Formats: sequence, C-alpha cells, structure tokens
Amino acid sequence: MTPGILQANAITFTYASATQAALKEISFDIYPASVTAILGPNGAGKTTLLHLLLGLNRPASGTILLHSKPINQYTRHELSQQIGLVPQSEYVPFAYSVLEYVLLGRAPYLGPLELPGTNDIRIARDALDEVGIRHLEERALPELSGGEQQLVLLARALCQQPGILLLDEPTSHLDLANRNITLNILARMRANGTTVIFSTHDPEAAALIADHLVLMRAGQVLDSGSLEQVFTSEMLTRVYGTQVEVVQIDGMRVVKSMERLEP
Amino acid sequence: MTNHKTRTTLLLILFPILVLGISIFIGRYPKPLFMPLSVLLNDELGQNLVFNLRLPRLITSALLGMSLAAAGGVMQMLFRNPLVEPGFLGVTQGAGFGAAMSILFLSTSPLLVELSATTFAILGLGLSYFVARRIRFGGWVLRLVLSGIAVSAIFSAGLGILKYMADPTSQLPEIVFWLLGGLWSVTWNDLLYILPVVVIGLSIIYLMRWRLNLLSLSDETAFSLGVSVGRERTLLLAASVAVTAVVVSVAGIVGWIGLIIPHIARRIGGANSASFIPISMSLGAVFGIICDDLARTLTLGEIPLGIITSLIGAGIFLVMMTSRSMRIFR
Repeated sequence: MTPGILQANAITFTYASATQAALKEISFDIYPASVTAILGPNGAGKTTLLHLLLGLNRPASGTILLHSKPINQYTRHELSQQIGLVPQSEYVPFAYSVLEYVLLGRAPYLGPLELPGTNDIRIARDALDEVGIRHLEERALPELSGGEQQLVLLARALCQQPGILLLDEPTSHLDLANRNITLNILARMRANGTTVIFSTHDPEAAALIADHLVLMRAGQVLDSGSLEQVFTSEMLTRVYGTQVEVVQIDGMRVVKSMERLEP
Repeated sequence: MTNHKTRTTLLLILFPILVLGISIFIGRYPKPLFMPLSVLLNDELGQNLVFNLRLPRLITSALLGMSLAAAGGVMQMLFRNPLVEPGFLGVTQGAGFGAAMSILFLSTSPLLVELSATTFAILGLGLSYFVARRIRFGGWVLRLVLSGIAVSAIFSAGLGILKYMADPTSQLPEIVFWLLGGLWSVTWNDLLYILPVVVIGLSIIYLMRWRLNLLSLSDETAFSLGVSVGRERTLLLAASVAVTAVVVSVAGIVGWIGLIIPHIARRIGGANSASFIPISMSLGAVFGIICDDLARTLTLGEIPLGIITSLIGAGIFLVMMTSRSMRIFR
C-alpha cells in the first residue's frame, strides 16, 4: 500500500489549562484523493485533532507527517498552500460581500502587501461556480441563510486550492437537502484529486461518503479502517456509549438508536 | 475597472485637499467667515496669519482626522467589534493623565505637555498589554478589552485626583481645556512633532489594508490562510496606537472621529478593508478640517474641538442607528 499523504504517529496533546490529555496516542494514515471521516460524540477531541493536522497546535509527543516530512518543518505559508480549513462556524462581524469573502482564500498566494488581482477574482468565481452559488456573489454575508453561509465557507476554502481539505462538522447545522449538497461537493472534490478529512458526530453523513473512518471517543482512537470494516453496530455502540444498530436500507447504511427514552 | 479605481483614488485624495484649500480662507480675519483673495495677496498680516497659524493648524486637523479614523477602522477589525474606538486600550485616558501631570508638576509649555501625554499614552497601552498577558481566562481579544477598561479606569481616577489637587484658578482650567480637545495652539513645530509617526503609522495601515480583512477572521481560519496572526496584529495595533497617541498628545481628547468615520466609510465602500480604510482616511481628514473650521469660527472665542466632534459624531451615529435605510453593522 502507498504511504499516507498525511500520517499521525502516536500523537498526544494536552491543552495548557487542562490537566488531562485531550488526545492520547492517536495514530492513523490518510490516503490521497480519499474522504476520511473522524467520527465520534461531542467532546471526543475531533476539533482538537483537526487543529493539530492543520499545524495550529503542536502535539506534546508523536509526529504528524505531511508527504512524509514532519509538519513543523513547513512554514506557515507553505502549509496554507497545501491544507485548507472549513471551520464549524465563522463569526463574521462585518458585512463582506460573498465574492470579497471568498477572495480571502487567495491569501496563501499573495505577498504581504499584495491585493488580489483579476486572476484571483477568476479563481474565486470558479470556486463559487463549483459550490453553485455564483449568483450570490454580490450579496452580503450576514443576509444569507445558514446553508448558504456554509457553502460560502466551502467556496473560500476551494479558492485556496488546497491538496488537503479539513472540515470541522460541515453538516452539523444543515438540513437534509443542504447536507446532501455539501456531501456531493466533497465527493466531486475527491474525484478531482483532493484529499478530504471531515469531523462529524453524525454517523449517517459519514456512511454516505467516507472511504475511511477514524472512530474517536474521549481523546482516543477506538478503531480506524474502511467503512465495511469498522461501521458496525458493536463499534458504534462503543463510540457513542448508547445502544445503536446499523441497518441497511436499499444498500444505504442507516443508524438506529435502540435506547428508548424514559416515559 | 482600473479606470474606475483610478478615478476613485483621485477623488479620495482631491476631496480633502479641496476642503483644506477652501478652509484657508475661512476664519475671523479680516472679518468673520471669509477672507477675500486680495487680502492673501496684498495684506502682510493676512499672509502671516495664513502661513504661520492657519496652514499648520489645518494640516494638523487633517492628519488628526485621518489618523483617528484609520486607527478606529483598524481596531474595529482587529477586535472584531464595530463599536471599538482607537483610544480604548488606555491610550486616551493615559494621555489625559500625562497632560495633567505636566500641567501640575512640570510646565504648561505645549511641548512638555505633549511629551508627557505621549509618554503616558504609550504607558497606558503598555500596561493594558501587560495586564492582558496575565489575565488567566478568555481569548486574546477579550483579555485586551478587559485590561483596557481597567487601565483606562485607573488613569481616569488618577486624572480625577490631579484635577482635585489642581489650583482652581490657573491649573484646573488649563487641564479641563486640554481634555476638551483643541488645536488653537498648533504651530509648525507641533506638526513636525507628529508628522514622522503619523506618516509611518498611516503608511503601514494603508499598505496592509487588504490583509486587515484576514485579521478579522477567527484565529484558526486566519492561520489556515497562512497569516502570522500574532505578529501582523501586533504590527497594525502598534501603528494605530502610535498615531492615536501622538495626535491626542497635540490635540487633547477628540472623541467620536475614530468610531463614526469608519462606519460611514463602510456604508460607502463596503466591509472590505482594502476599500474602506482609504475612504476612512479621506473622510477623516475632511471631517477633521470641517470640525476645526467650526471650532475656530462659530464664536468669538474658541469652541473646544472635542465638543464639536462629539456633537456632530454622536448626531450622525444616532441617525445611522435609527434610520431604516442604514444598517449599522456595515
């Protein structure tokens, strides 16, 4: 098997203000042009893990390799041309137009005093086309619906043209239709050669698209592997700490909670 | 597109120059309001007045408006809060305290008052920064805001003590008048005192105007776009505070320009700092000149500049907040 494009080797991380490690001995490989879902309940350490993969925080021990080279040997500028991030939500205090906001994704390719040029605007418009919201480019960001804003964040990350895209809970506050739009975009990016890594607490979103799963609970990886290997009733019951069952309907995996609420 | 841009840039530069050019003729010599061109050409006292009093004062009022407006715009972006104004990190209250210290214990000579005000303005900022580093909870922005409020309150209490101690017939009026803000004593020397800092500070702000957008994003997003968040924020913050400190040290406390002008500029040019920062600078210069024109011509004596800017600034603010067609968050 080819080595992973991104590899985590026994990484451990503790926040400065905490006594307990947020992540313990995490290891996995991410393969090029695949979709990996980091699946786990709230507070499992998914966002912390994404921040480590981004290079924002350094692990206390263990290494993260990007193209077989330790991630801390890249400059911030080099990293930003390779890894993009779609945060869970972005509070934008000012009313940027959609196009202006998406253009911020060109920052990794601009010098410190440079302004985006016509070529950057073309790339930004392509990114808007890619997520299907070109018609919104003149609109102010706060006026858009939650689903549209999520697509704008995605377009900004696409405009960055990263080889690896990290997404933090990209579907958690979307309705079903918008969730599927987002997942379809991720599938198209995979087809274009982008490596996609997203965190989610929603096993069905993961089952719809992920090639690989990393299952997390309380800062540890319980298991990782292909959908077929690890997406089982027993494993998900362990991950979520509540009785669940995986059932197949028309070849699609659906997760059913078996625990009844108190009357 | 490029043509349109050039035209806009030209307009932003020419508008303040035009207002400045007209303002040269406005004043109370030889009679209230307007000085005819013939006086400037033939009257020696008139020439003297224009070149030694009005011109340095007008240029200073333009730089004052530019600096406060630009610094306000930058701080609103850095602190991700459209209601922040440039003096809030202990700078304004520090300058006031410094000026009062000098009036009470050193001398009332303008240069010493300015030096003392600048020193304490920077001390106010340094203290805010130092305290913020030591606050044990909250993000960086919250910590700076909290320590800024506390440090400002301490300086303001200190200023209260100084006012209480001051001689009520000579020193107290001097302090009060300084605090109300004004440019009546400005000479070419004062202009030379603020010019280097203002030129360097405003150049940094202008050159980094697009990157300022990136600094208004969350830390994780800015990092993912390759921004050295801490370093770039510090540079822009230092530039803004420096220009604010020097203009406040010369002009006293002139409020509202740094709050209201960036809002108007955003209404005109949108939230993108690449366009609203230059508009802020241009409008700030115009606002500074016009307010100072009013301060020196409306009545026989001088109306303190801070009163005029607060009155007009707060008035515009209220209209913007309540008017249906204007959205304040822009």
